[in-house]
Formats: sequence, structure tokens, C-alpha cells
Amino acid sequence: MSRTATVPAALAGGPTGSAIARFTQMPVTWRILSLALFFTVWEIAGRTNFNWAFPTFLETLSAFVEMVLDGSMGAAYLRTIEPLIIGLVISLGVGVGSGVAMGLRRDVEFLTLPIFITMQAAPMAALIPLITFVYGIGLTSKVLAVIFLAMPVITINSYKAVRNVPPSLLDMSRSFMGTRWQQITKVILPAASPMMFAGIRLGVAEGFSGVVLAELLITPTGIGDLITFHRSVANFGHMYATIVSIVAFAVIAVSLLYRLETTLFRPEKRGL
Amino acid sequence: MNAIAQTATPDATAAATPVDAPIVRTEGIHKVYGGAVHALKDINLEFKRGELTSLLGPSGCGKTTLLKIIAGLLKPTEGRVQVNGKPITGPGPERAFVFQDFALMPWATVLRNAAFGLEQQGVAKAEREERARHYVKEVGLAGFEDKYPHELSGGMRQRVGLARALAVDADVLLMDEPFSAVDEQTRRKFQEDLIRLREIENKTFILVTHSIEEAVYLSDRIVLLSPRPGRVAQVMDPDIKREGDPDAIRRAPEYLDLTDEIWRGLREYVE
Repeated sequence: MSRTATVPAALAGGPTGSAIARFTQMPVTWRILSLALFFTVWEIAGRTNFNWAFPTFLETLSAFVEMVLDGSMGAAYLRTIEPLIIGLVISLGVGVGSGVAMGLRRDVEFLTLPIFITMQAAPMAALIPLITFVYGIGLTSKVLAVIFLAMPVITINSYKAVRNVPPSLLDMSRSFMGTRWQQITKVILPAASPMMFAGIRLGVAEGFSGVVLAELLITPTGIGDLITFHRSVANFGHMYATIVSIVAFAVIAVSLLYRLETTLFRPEKRGL
Repeated sequence: MNAIAQTATPDATAAATPVDAPIVRTEGIHKVYGGAVHALKDINLEFKRGELTSLLGPSGCGKTTLLKIIAGLLKPTEGRVQVNGKPITGPGPERAFVFQDFALMPWATVLRNAAFGLEQQGVAKAEREERARHYVKEVGLAGFEDKYPHELSGGMRQRVGLARALAVDADVLLMDEPFSAVDEQTRRKFQEDLIRLREIENKTFILVTHSIEEAVYLSDRIVLLSPRPGRVAQVMDPDIKREGDPDAIRRAPEYLDLTDEIWRGLREYVE
């Protein structure tokens, strides 16, 4: 019996968690090699001209450098990041807070769980036109789009994480005279953190979808504007560079979260 | 070895001197789960200070339930538990629990796990770590203070659970099948160490086990519980000398005879 005695590994890190962990543990040369292989295949695929709208890797890279240098990339990210960060902060605060409250208290669970289950099951992207109807095309609508996509998974995972804390750990805290507050802060939250963070990682990834969807569907601003604009003028290198950059940005953000989690809550996983 | 009937005369013992007074007493404990499952029925027991008592019985006899009621983790449907003459309302500093699944925090080192009871009581870090270090050493884990539970074997993990219970300096150690999740060899070593530990630490032990051999090997008193509803079937006081060679116990005629006798008594409850 290894660590799984208390939290099954599948729950603990989630599939993304363990995949990210595995990637970050790979020797640097292997990581570079793996990326180099991918870019080479891309370059070759681009050169075969199988699709006139598919640029080569080098074209995309030069478009990326060009957009960084002329400032259009930076400006676009500054626009995009605003609703993303506001939306994610609200989703994290409300999502983790209500998820933990639902896990700790039956009455809160009874009142709020159905809302979040509905939110998680519903295709929230379909609601974006509705948001525009009510809140117009401004920042509020984009923030709401991020929240709608990010919050349900964060909430549900936080709730389940708290519920999945091994009962013997709760008994242990009680039998050694722990107060309810000590039980929550010293046992429940650290024990729940792996699954909670798996939800947060998924939520942040969903938040990226939310903001890009909002910028494509509501009004073209920031990254959504860059993609739309370069597509309309057939600047495919620039369009791909923008798309790849937002994908890379999301991946980096999610990996950083994983780092944060292991340093904050789970010291035993640092050396693993 | 003499099998005696359970004592159920609260007034007689209350008048006795505090030294002889039982440290833990259960009075008319009933436990009914969900209004239907009668887990425990009329349990009247006395646990003497400094003795090791085993609660022995087949699965489903409510022995763990009884232990958790004594620990204050479960409320009895009827009846009460007295510790040092005072009725309990929940867990208390005079009792410490050792869990079947160890209940270690995987994110905490051996030292922090062992010091956790003290940490929750608000003992300063330096002091609690010093005390935890002492007991980690006493249970034979010196050098492993900074390891995490996943780096230890099952037996070593339970030693951390034992160190944690010893560190809070409780009078009564409640052990819920502490050796059931470790392998046979480790269990034997653990049992021998427990006998040695009892010579150093003056504690009262209440041990839940389903192993007849373990109960006879370790106990000053064995409480046999019958299943559904759990009732006290018999109380036995094995008269086995535990000084000297621990292996000699397993060859002693008293040990073998009592093991056999208990098995004959329990056989009827086992399908």
C-alpha cells in the first residue's frame, strides 16, 4: 500500500495532474527533443502544401515574432487577460468557497448542489448569446462567460474533494481533541487539495475557453480579434501564431498551478 | 486461568480506593444503528488501570463500535462511559486512539504526524517535536523522522500511529485492530514490542482484535463478544507470564490451552 492508502492517485492529481507531473520530471533534453520533433513534423506537413491555409512552423514562428515586436500581441493579451483574470478570481473565490461549504454542511449541499450540477451538465457556451442579450457586449458579458465555464467544475470538484476525505482522518483529528476549525484547516483542506486543484486546473482551462469564445462570439477584442482579423485577411501564419500562443499560455498557466499546489499543500509530492 | 463473570456492580467499586478503581467503565451501553441494527446490547465492563484488555469476537460483534464509544467518537444509544469516575461526553485528553488504517496524514512527515495530537492541543513547536522525537525513537523509528508515510512500510506506519498516541501522554490507549493491516511477520514483531513497551510505559490498553492468538498473547484480560447483537459472552483473565523470552509465551501450555478454549467458544458464531 503506498500513498493510495488515503487518496487514490487517480483522484489525487487527476489525469492532467499526473501527465503534467510526468512532463515536468522529464530530463530537459527529452522535453526539448519532444517539442523539436513536434515542430519538425509541423514544418514538413506545412511544406507538403496539403492545405493552402496551413502555414509551416517557421512561417508561424516569424509571424509570432513580428506580432510580438510590433506590439499587437502584447496589446491583445492585455485586453484578453482582463475578463479572464476577473472571471477566474470570482470563479475561484465563489467556486472553492461554495464547494467547500457544500462539502462541510449538508444544508448548503441540499440548497446549492442542484444548481451546480445543472451548470456543469449544461452546454454553457450556448448561454453566451443570452448573456449578450442581458449584459450587452461589454466586459461584464465576457467575465460572465469565463465564470459560466470555469466555476461549475471548480465547485463540484471542491465539494467532492471535501466529501472524499478519509473518515478515519476526521476521526483521528477528533480523537486527538481537534476543534472543528483545526479539523478543517489541518486535515480536511490539505487532504482535499489534490482533487480540489485538479478541479481548479480544469476550471482555469475552461476559463480560457470561455474568454476566447466570448471574444469570438460577443465582440472581437484581444486574442479573439487577432484571430478573426488575420483569418479575414488570409494571414494564416499570424492566425496560427495567435492560436498557438493562447494554447501555450493556457498550458503554462495550468502547469504553474500544479507547481503552486505541490509547494503550498503537498510537500510529499515534491520529491516524487 | 479463570473465567469470571462480568462485573456489574457500580456502587461496590466506587467506594474502593482510586488505585483499584477501574479507569474505564461502561454502564449499560446499547448501540442501535438507524433504528434497526442492534450492534451492542447491555455492555457493562470495567477496565483496570495498567491492564491490557482485548475485545475479541467475530466480525460484526460490534467490538470496534464499543471501542469508538469508549473513545467518544460515537455516542451510545443508551448507557454511559466513565473514565476516571467521570462520564464522558466526547474524546478526551486521557484517551488516545490507534487506528486500524493508521490514519496518517500523507502530506506530513513522520515527526509531524507523531506530534499532531500535541499540535492540536496547542503545544509549542519545539516542545511537541522534542516529545514526538522521543516516542518515534521509542517505537523504533529513529532516523525516519523526516520521511513521509508513503516511504514507510505498513508496520512502520502503524508505529507512527502508536507514537502519536503515546506522545499525548494519555492514560488509556485505544487500539482498533492495530495489527490487522500489516503482514504476519511484522505483526509478531509488533506484538513483542508492545509487551516490551508496556514495561516502560504505564498505560492502560484496550485492544480490539479478531485474532484469538493475538488476544491471548497480549492480554491481561479478554472480553469475548458474541455477534448480533454484540453482547459480553465471557470475560477471561489469562494467567501467562510475559517476562523473558517472548517466543516462550507461544509455546506455553496456558497459551495453547486458552487459545483452544476460546476457539471452541467462538466456533458456534462462525458460519
